[in-house]
Amino acid sequence: MTGVAQTENELDGWQIVIGLEVHVELATNTKLFCGCANKFGAEPNTNTCPTCLGLPGSLPVINGTAIDYAMKLGRALHCTVNPAVFARKNYFYPDMPKDFQTTQYDQPTNAAGYLDPPTGGRVTIERAHIEEDTGKSTHIGGGGRISDAQYTLIDYNRAGVPLVEIVTEPCMHDAEHAKAYVSELRDVLLTIGVSDAKMEEGSMRVDANVSIRPAGSDELRTRCEVKNINSVRSLGRAINYEARRHLNLYNADDAPFQETRHWDENAGRTLPGRAKEDADDYRYFPEPDLVPLVPTADDIAAIDAAMPALPSDRREALAAAAGTEPSAAALAVERGLDPLALGAIEAGAPADSVMKHVNNNLADGPGKLEAAAFAKLITMETGGDLTSNQVKDVLVELVDNGGDPADIAAAKGFEAVDTGELESMLGAIIAESPDEWARYLDGDKKVQGFFVGKIMKATQGQADGKVVNQLMASKAKG
Amino acid sequence: MTVSMSGAGATAIEIAAGVRSGERSAREVLEQHLAAIEEREAEIHAFNLVLADEARARADEVDAAVAAGDDPGPLAGVPVALKDNLCTRGIPTTCSSRILEGWQPPYDATVVSALADSGAVFVGKTNLDEFAMGSSTENSAFGPTRNPLDTDRVPGGSSGGSAAAVAAGFSALSIGSDTGGSIRQPAAYCGLVGVKPTYGLVSRYGLIAFGSSLDQIGPFAHTVADAALTLDVISGHDPRDSTSVPAAPASISEALGAGVDGMRVGIVTELMGDAMDANCLDAVRSAAQALEAAGATVGEASIPAALYGLGAYYLIAPAEASSNLARYDGVRYGMRVDAANTGDMNEATRTGGFGDEVKRRIMLGTYALSAGYYDAYYGSAQKVRTLLIREFDAAYADYDILLSPTTPTTAFKFGAKADPVSMYLCDLATIPTNLTGHAAMSVPFGADADNMPIGVQLLAPALGEVPMFQAAEALEAAALSAGGAA
Repeated sequence: MTGVAQTENELDGWQIVIGLEVHVELATNTKLFCGCANKFGAEPNTNTCPTCLGLPGSLPVINGTAIDYAMKLGRALHCTVNPAVFARKNYFYPDMPKDFQTTQYDQPTNAAGYLDPPTGGRVTIERAHIEEDTGKSTHIGGGGRISDAQYTLIDYNRAGVPLVEIVTEPCMHDAEHAKAYVSELRDVLLTIGVSDAKMEEGSMRVDANVSIRPAGSDELRTRCEVKNINSVRSLGRAINYEARRHLNLYNADDAPFQETRHWDENAGRTLPGRAKEDADDYRYFPEPDLVPLVPTADDIAAIDAAMPALPSDRREALAAAAGTEPSAAALAVERGLDPLALGAIEAGAPADSVMKHVNNNLADGPGKLEAAAFAKLITMETGGDLTSNQVKDVLVELVDNGGDPADIAAAKGFEAVDTGELESMLGAIIAESPDEWARYLDGDKKVQGFFVGKIMKATQGQADGKVVNQLMASKAKG
Repeated sequence: MTVSMSGAGATAIEIAAGVRSGERSAREVLEQHLAAIEEREAEIHAFNLVLADEARARADEVDAAVAAGDDPGPLAGVPVALKDNLCTRGIPTTCSSRILEGWQPPYDATVVSALADSGAVFVGKTNLDEFAMGSSTENSAFGPTRNPLDTDRVPGGSSGGSAAAVAAGFSALSIGSDTGGSIRQPAAYCGLVGVKPTYGLVSRYGLIAFGSSLDQIGPFAHTVADAALTLDVISGHDPRDSTSVPAAPASISEALGAGVDGMRVGIVTELMGDAMDANCLDAVRSAAQALEAAGATVGEASIPAALYGLGAYYLIAPAEASSNLARYDGVRYGMRVDAANTGDMNEATRTGGFGDEVKRRIMLGTYALSAGYYDAYYGSAQKVRTLLIREFDAAYADYDILLSPTTPTTAFKFGAKADPVSMYLCDLATIPTNLTGHAAMSVPFGADADNMPIGVQLLAPALGEVPMFQAAEALEAAALSAGGAA
């Protein structure tokens, strides 16, 4: 495991071993091998043609944009982009129109990459290859399984949609690591714009290969592939369930056998997939209807040159500006607040205040808030012109509508209360409340709130509590 | 040997010239061919489907265009028969298989569109060995086609219906497909010119696949010039076929008439052995002499791997077929045999829908691609393929074209080759060209003692159609002047 910071999940002396296969639908306008629309949610079987229906005599033609997207993804995952050959994976399934899937086998487009989730633990990526999606089967009756269904409805709109399958090494050892990888992968996909990466719509599908082994061992035991995982949260639950299932089997002197299992979200368990009578033999061979893909060094250089800043780059940039660890910048980047934060820091706002607001008060993103206004607001706060509650109020307004924080504060009546005025106000309250003041002088700090409350009431909350405390302290010293 | 013609009697070039000039009508030409069909089709069975009504309507359109002063194109009013593995929009396309019976493609093959755009009139869909697997048309699910020159004999295959249609005068031209010799061998058996163009020269879009890396569409014609014109019409880049040539090739028709002076011709030593009948070998030697007399130089070319082609072919073609034919599963179109569940339905449909030879090849191919056998079978076959390409490339450094017999024998009688391997050997000399992707054609040159025609094969490098046709034209002229006897 190449330098992976292992957060091992010890199951009574056992370690989980996780490898992930993530299928990502590329957000091209058209399908991988024909001109049909690549669109989710259309009327069934309306985005089809002879080629994606696999009609006799039809031939595939490669969609160049899909290849460009796949190579872009490969480079974002630090893969080498290689000459590639499409292959046929042969097996019978009703929603696969040709009864073979056109994919890449021994010569994939992308190989040997990695991804660094913000929480650490480099995930090694074996390959990221291009393939076509299948149609979608809906089994009616018999509990929704093909084996028992009364009949099956097939929608071929999805058949031929371009996919990239990203395969990791079995390098993760705890469900949180796997979740962090998938979240990071999704952020990368959204950043480079090659997929909408929606797990709930199936444009990003995560299958987990799970096994366990005695802690400290490096063997790879029998794994099970868990499918039908529809959220990052479910991924964690499914992995932990499956690992526990393996443990129970081993503890009972039994063992798991290699199979595909389905995650049942409601039941919170994995269930066996379709029973297979034979071992799979997909009889891969090179697809004779397509020519090899041969990207040039110039093609790859152009992809690299056009690559937007990736989440990891952005975390590092913000961390450097803010003087923190990259992991402390993760939330800001995830929320897309890093340009705002960087701008505010550059405009002179103190980095710790910037990061405090970015992490605590801007959960819904920057909205209409601009860096200059953000910096000015923070400067008003640190200069004592606004209280922290007032700053939050102004922030909400800035996110919703933008504008100048000074104007907004003024419009809200957030004028800083003059210290001299506060001092005379405090003197008046002390005169009215000699007992309380005596207790304060005796060191009863609880009574401090009594005076602050009175002043807040008198100033309708505009006084700065910290200033009131300071005034009381200096008055006590005489 | 004669250049013309049973039945309706004129070449495609003559017909098109007559129709374009208004000297004769497309309808009149068509009726002559339909009359020939009426007279002999019951006996020959060249067609799975005769398109008489559609053809009449189309012929009338061609005539109307001429009357309106428009040019319908270089094949104006020429009756053409299409092998029934070419997709025709709204017209049943069966591959002579029960499994596709009744299926009507929603689109035309690129070749079909190109012919229609050139003024051709389609007279019917021709019989073939099921899914083009065979060398006699005896494997058709709808019964065999008979050789019009001797109805006790096969017309060859798999494009036997297309060959018979032209030989019987049912059409002036026909289109076939050639995966291992399926145009050249029936052309030889029926006394026709048959061309397997360079892989990629003609779009495969709409050709129902057998062996995708080997399949190529080509014409049958009575004359070399007709074949050249047809190939000119159907060749060129097609954006729907990734393996098609990137640009339109030079016209072959315009290159005809240049002769063979100085052309270097090599006879393929390994294809002149004991497997070939003496009369077929004699025809090649006579053809070489005729070319020499016309100004070519003749020598011998050695292609040692040529004899391994057959073995490689019977791994690669079935392997690709096993995958290409997987889609006939009863789910979407064609035949379905109902069963309790999907898997059983797939199995029952395929068991009932495919004939024995198709099943044999699907099993061969499935086995050849199986885990643990891939390297020994499919992998080794691909190495033979690479070796063949190298050896032919080396030969083409010395020669412009090569010569061999098209077939080991002339047309045989029905049932004569019941053993599959003896049938496979019919394609010994034609298969290497499919494996290399190069060009080859068969031209009639002489006849055997029973007056059955003999085919001589001309082979050329990739996109070497022009010298190949020039040599074919010289052989045609020599055969004519020899009065048909070799």
